[in-house]
Amino acid sequence: MAIGILALQGAFAEHAAMLDRLGAEHFEIRQRRDLDRGLDGLILPGGESTVMGKLLRDLDLFQPLRERIRSGLPVFGTCAGLILLAKEVEGGVPCFAAMDIRVKRNAYGRQLGSFSTTAEVAGLGPRPMTFIRAPYIVSAGPGTAVLAQVDGHIVAAQQEKLLVTAFHPELNDDPAIHRHFLDMIGA
Amino acid sequence: MEKTRYELNKELAQMLKGGVIMDVTTPEQARIAEAAGACAVMALERIPADIRAAGGVSRMSDPKMIRGIQEAVSIPVMAKCRIGHFVEAQILEAIEIDYIDESEVLSPADDVYHIDKTQFQVPFVCGARDLSEALRRISEGASMIRTKGEPGTGDVVQAVRHMRAMNAEIHRVQNLREDELYEAAKQLQVPVELVKYVHEHGKLPVVNFAAGGVATPADAALMMQLGAEGVFVGSGIFKSGDPAKRAAAIVQAVTNFTDAKKLAALSTDLGEAMVGINENEIAILMAERGK
Repeated sequence: MAIGILALQGAFAEHAAMLDRLGAEHFEIRQRRDLDRGLDGLILPGGESTVMGKLLRDLDLFQPLRERIRSGLPVFGTCAGLILLAKEVEGGVPCFAAMDIRVKRNAYGRQLGSFSTTAEVAGLGPRPMTFIRAPYIVSAGPGTAVLAQVDGHIVAAQQEKLLVTAFHPELNDDPAIHRHFLDMIGA
Repeated sequence: MEKTRYELNKELAQMLKGGVIMDVTTPEQARIAEAAGACAVMALERIPADIRAAGGVSRMSDPKMIRGIQEAVSIPVMAKCRIGHFVEAQILEAIEIDYIDESEVLSPADDVYHIDKTQFQVPFVCGARDLSEALRRISEGASMIRTKGEPGTGDVVQAVRHMRAMNAEIHRVQNLREDELYEAAKQLQVPVELVKYVHEHGKLPVVNFAAGGVATPADAALMMQLGAEGVFVGSGIFKSGDPAKRAAAIVQAVTNFTDAKKLAALSTDLGEAMVGINENEIAILMAERGK
């Protein structure tokens, strides 16, 4: 049982710290050979989705990861990770196109629009949420469960074993959403 | 409990980690940088090598030019203001820049005071040569630090010196007894609370990038192996023979900075590197500006 954390760029160390806290085994994915060991789950962290999208291809990670995601690998995407999983990206190109959601990048504007709040997450109660130049989900398909909304916009959703948040649970002192992901995997 | 603006600003820097921030002077260069995998761009009128060559007073860029770059890319856009020039910073905040670099690359506007960055909503990154400078900038409100290096030279020696100096001092503070931290704060000329943070965590309280003189994938990987959390590349890209290729290679080198085989492949066939000048050949040491 081990979770791979995509460590091409961004806040991957923060996810690793959260998994340490929950006692879950994890490792970094920086290139193709890092996939040689099996992974039971994948975390796509925050950072810049354009950078990760390009590096996934340059480092030959895109095809093998897409195949695993299609065959049911559980994935947790935060912020940029959410964008990488979306089928539709407004004004942009989808990456893994695995989840039936339409997303808007930089939906709250530039850094002056970054904010934190507390809102209800379905089944988990009120949770702290940190939005950094964040996207939100414009619309979700029928097979996708909306888990949280802030100001009328979808900010967390789940479709089978794919979990996404527009905010950064790894930046708050609250492991509930990572715990939920581990529960999804059965860890 | 809601986070402060300062916490959110430090967290934006966390999202840039493991990435490369590139100097660009036109929307076209910004698009090349974004396509090559830059995690942010620094909009400025002239890259440091040209500022050096041109001489004279170097100031904040025209907001029109910065807006053009903001419209050209979706990644964060940073811009520089002069050290101490809080009105240039106010202007950059008014055009909703994502990060202000209070930078020694431009001519200092104040030879005593840095900007009181706590008075701003937008984040600031500042250069530092050692722990003392870094913690002073943080106490003034900087939410990200970079080495000063020696911009516009293509010579990495000063960035290396600054990163090593900072790390050596961090290790020293880490190993002090707690009752020695007050004296350390006095020597470093910084608030004791920041010294206590370094003592406890063994790192700066904000993200720390390398900058100044990085010109090759090997330079970038060197800075990462020395402990940088990401890299600024200024003149090194658009003063080279094949900017798009070199930029993409530096981005990959920062992600796989310990893999020598990969670095060898990335260093191959990059075309002309910027010619560069050695630190003892230059007239102005920008790193001496603002302490």
